[in-house]
Amino acid sequence: MKKALKLLLALLVSVSLVACSSSSSTEETSAPNETETTEETTSASGECPVTIGLVTDMGGVDDKSFNQSAWEGVQRFAEDNGLQDCVSYLQSTSEADYVPNLSTFADEGKDLIIAVGYLFHDAMTEVSANYPDTKFLLVDDVVEAENVESATFNAEQGSFLVGVAAGLTATENGSKTVGFMGGMEGPVIGSFQAGYEQGVLTVCPDCKIYVDYADSYSDDAKGQQLAAKQYDLGATVIYQSAGNAGNGVIKEAKERGDVWAIGVDKDQYEDGMKDDGTSIILTSMLKRVDSAAYSACEDLLNGTFEAGTKVFNLSNEGVAAELTSGRNLSDDVIAQINDFAQQIQNGEIEVSAEATIANGSSN
Amino acid sequence: MSKKYEKILIPVIAIILGILLGCIILIISGQDVGALFNGLVKSATGFDFSKPSSGLNLRYPGEFLVSSMPIILTGLAIGFAYRCGMFNIGAEGQVIVGSLASCMVAILVPMPPVVGVIVCLFAGGLAGALWAFIPGILKCRFNISEVVTGIMLNYTALYGANYFLKGLPESTTTRTVDIPANASLSSEFLSSITNHSRLHWGFILVIICVIAYWFIIEKTSFGYSLRATGFNKEGARYAGIKVNKSTILSIMISGFFAGLAGAVILQGTFGYGRVMSAAENYGFDGISVALVGGCNAIGILLSGLLFGLLKVTQPLLQTSGIPKEIGDIISSSIVFFVAIQYAIKYVLTKIELRKGKAQSKKAGDVQ
Repeated sequence: MKKALKLLLALLVSVSLVACSSSSSTEETSAPNETETTEETTSASGECPVTIGLVTDMGGVDDKSFNQSAWEGVQRFAEDNGLQDCVSYLQSTSEADYVPNLSTFADEGKDLIIAVGYLFHDAMTEVSANYPDTKFLLVDDVVEAENVESATFNAEQGSFLVGVAAGLTATENGSKTVGFMGGMEGPVIGSFQAGYEQGVLTVCPDCKIYVDYADSYSDDAKGQQLAAKQYDLGATVIYQSAGNAGNGVIKEAKERGDVWAIGVDKDQYEDGMKDDGTSIILTSMLKRVDSAAYSACEDLLNGTFEAGTKVFNLSNEGVAAELTSGRNLSDDVIAQINDFAQQIQNGEIEVSAEATIANGSSN
Repeated sequence: MSKKYEKILIPVIAIILGILLGCIILIISGQDVGALFNGLVKSATGFDFSKPSSGLNLRYPGEFLVSSMPIILTGLAIGFAYRCGMFNIGAEGQVIVGSLASCMVAILVPMPPVVGVIVCLFAGGLAGALWAFIPGILKCRFNISEVVTGIMLNYTALYGANYFLKGLPESTTTRTVDIPANASLSSEFLSSITNHSRLHWGFILVIICVIAYWFIIEKTSFGYSLRATGFNKEGARYAGIKVNKSTILSIMISGFFAGLAGAVILQGTFGYGRVMSAAENYGFDGISVALVGGCNAIGILLSGLLFGLLKVTQPLLQTSGIPKEIGDIISSSIVFFVAIQYAIKYVLTKIELRKGKAQSKKAGDVQ
């Protein structure tokens, strides 16, 4: 029995040795004698002036939401500068992966590591302290450290604009009822809700707003169920900000066909396309995570990367409402929204980031 | 072929087949197979074959142990119940309530060092045991399947725990405050010798649990009655074993292990309570671990380490362009091959038979 085990073990080891030695011989030539770990890994990855790694949260790079958006920003940067081989990503399966994933990239000698989402706050605090020579970008939350740039978004401003669209639409069709569905309660999604509330009530003071949270960014069945509830209560527009759970809202709207949903983070018009070629996506609140990622990469390449907080808002096009003419918004509504956008940028309208309607209730 | 021999051989064959399948998929998709093995070796030892001059990076083995600890514990949990004929799929929920209880005690009760750690671990284990008591009693009293109640209680645990965590003093909507240092398993020392990994003292607890598992199952009369119940419930009843009592106790001890896993994750890996949007599958990983480990103590320890290794290798694989799903494919195909062990057994016996025939033929020739 022992003999057989030993044999198997020997087999495994030899297989792995053979497999590894072949790869090591090719790599060795590109990275000759160097002592520092970080230097070596940088040069080993080719002639990259900078290397960039993106760590996603549980959503992954194809979440049709901010992870994907961030990765698109990085890819666009890579294409614009011919650095396709210098960018890569790591997808996390659970929160326990955040620290090791960030650390792995740091150990691999990436120059800039981008983490998407406020869930990375604690992991980022820890890892950025362990790797003082590596630069980090945290999207959606603030970590104060010498080597971390924090990108935050005034999502309430963009949400105000889509709220205006929702309020005007609900007034026009007479329902005077709209809904909001968030992922998990907290300051980030709270700011989406807050802006939306104010936008709706500015153009439609007697509108009713239902608010629900899915307690999840992944559970689209839950999202659909909550959407069904709100649509049954008379809502004709629902603004969703819940990652994949929000896709449940879009699905429900598509099945009903005569109601609207508002997209989030990126232009979700295509996702809401029905068989007849029209979309149930009224408009989308664009949160340009890709711009944040792009500009951090560019700053790194130009040597102008700075730690600290960078705020993205309407003025620098970090957030916006999607206003393509000829879709579901009339030109008149688009004009009104643009007008409000101007007023927010001028400071005539102050949009608060504090939500007022409690989860599971209405105003 | 002896039974014992088979017990070891089948998981080993399953593991090799699983890794082979992973390699085949890599080759088909045009990826570098060497990167897979390099990743596995690097995660286990910190040594990088492709860059031998960079020396050892002990963060990798540190993280490897960190990711193995909870799934070894949940593996013990599943295995323990399984030996008594119970399928404790509710381990996931027991992990969550274990985590919650240890967090609440740590934050709400000021305690001296060392004592704090032990009390919180115990609180976690106890909560897990009590949570497991529910499916246990329902099974014994009303013969309700522990699988159904277990799965439902997983969700109850997840959302219930979120509610209580948010209610703790100074909690935000996503996390609680850090637990006091006196209740924490994390260690500056262990972290410093492993290049800032999150390695913590939990591994001592894991070793104790593996020994306790082996001792209870193999060396006590209680363990004997558990195994007897698992083999044949009616037979055990006829032999005078209190089947209901051993069933409930076994799932509660199982829950204790799962609760400890939750406490270890909280007190060691994170150091604060997290409001979770979805379960993290420690309980389900435990099913694979227990199955591959053949539900015995050493087997679970080894297979827990293997699955932990596959887990931590994923980021390394991704950095060399191999999708993380390859790691998942390997671990799930290992489970698959263990699950079809009768097929493997069949093939083995065929080979054995042929060998035997050939030998007897040879012997015949000589004569």
